[in-house]
Amino acid sequence: MTAPSWPDEVYALLRANNVTQFAYVPDAGHKVLIDRSLADPDVYSIPLTTEEEGVALCAGADLGGTRAVLLMQSSGVGNTINMLSLTNGGKFPLLTLVSMRGEYGEGNPWQYPMGQAVEPVLKAMGVIVLRAERPDEVVPAVAAAITMAYQSGQQVAVLLTQRLIGAKKF
Amino acid sequence: MAILNKLQTPALPEPVLDRRQAVPALIENPEDFLMVAGLAGTAWELSALTHESHSLFGLGGAMGAAPMMGLGLALAQPKRRVLVATGDGELLMNVVALATIALQNPPNLTIICVDNGHYGETGNQDSHTGLGVRLDVIAAGSGFPVVQVINTNEDLAEGRRLLREQNGLTFILLRVTEGPATHDGKKNLVPHVERDRFRKHLLG
Repeated sequence: MTAPSWPDEVYALLRANNVTQFAYVPDAGHKVLIDRSLADPDVYSIPLTTEEEGVALCAGADLGGTRAVLLMQSSGVGNTINMLSLTNGGKFPLLTLVSMRGEYGEGNPWQYPMGQAVEPVLKAMGVIVLRAERPDEVVPAVAAAITMAYQSGQQVAVLLTQRLIGAKKF
Repeated sequence: MAILNKLQTPALPEPVLDRRQAVPALIENPEDFLMVAGLAGTAWELSALTHESHSLFGLGGAMGAAPMMGLGLALAQPKRRVLVATGDGELLMNVVALATIALQNPPNLTIICVDNGHYGETGNQDSHTGLGVRLDVIAAGSGFPVVQVINTNEDLAEGRRLLREQNGLTFILLRVTEGPATHDGKKNLVPHVERDRFRKHLLG
């Protein structure tokens, strides 16, 4: 099976929209974006210890007039909750791509509680949630989220679903 | 009554500085910096000190956000000096952010921790630093190339110099006696108002 093309297309889309800070906790689902940001001399590639750091970073980047994206796994969404008070209350644009676990075909029982809580928890904190289920949905969903975040000042999460990225062997 | 373990770490001298004098003396002219101030004593203090400067974003919530906001801002504005001022409690909540920041090593960022060893806004409980945890050692171990501890008025002069002349990521531990930050001139810290004001002033 050949590697899907959408991760590289998403990277190109983010760069074409002047995203220059890529923040992430290492995750297999974001491997291409992470590696591309590390190899790109024109961006900051910012490994985090916990996802809430990334929410605050995105707000700081916006204060300085630049665009950041937060890449995280569904389990990491749980680490961000109170920090979303900052982006919500401050009306900071927030773009996050979430690689999902704990749903379609998941074989690790530990992933279910947070995976199933991602959507209600994000929505409770004012984040708009878009889902990409098929490869051809990813780039349009990220393009929509870019407009919603950086043009309309919303907080938006694109869920890269487990149906899309496949269930990891556990 | 439970007694918390007072750590037997090599101790710093007892703090003697009063934050009401020491913070303004260290920062001197706030207009030299883009500033993020952490929840909540430091945010009120800086808000009062700067008369609610357009170049200040003060946090009234989102505890633990200030250092990482400073990183995003410092990377976005490499030609400006960025100052994060925050308390020991706020910094401790997300203390590993120091490691994340040191990996990026922005030379235009200074983090000042106003350390009174207590949770001053919640009943003055001992904080971890009040019981011996050494934030200066944590900052150095996290990879901050410049770490300074300010215990005395004489140390303040070196701190002022570092803030303006040092070209390198800097952590300053400003040790002050317990007691609250000034609430004189306290502002509401409405986050979306602060964001709009800050960005309009900086970006036009």
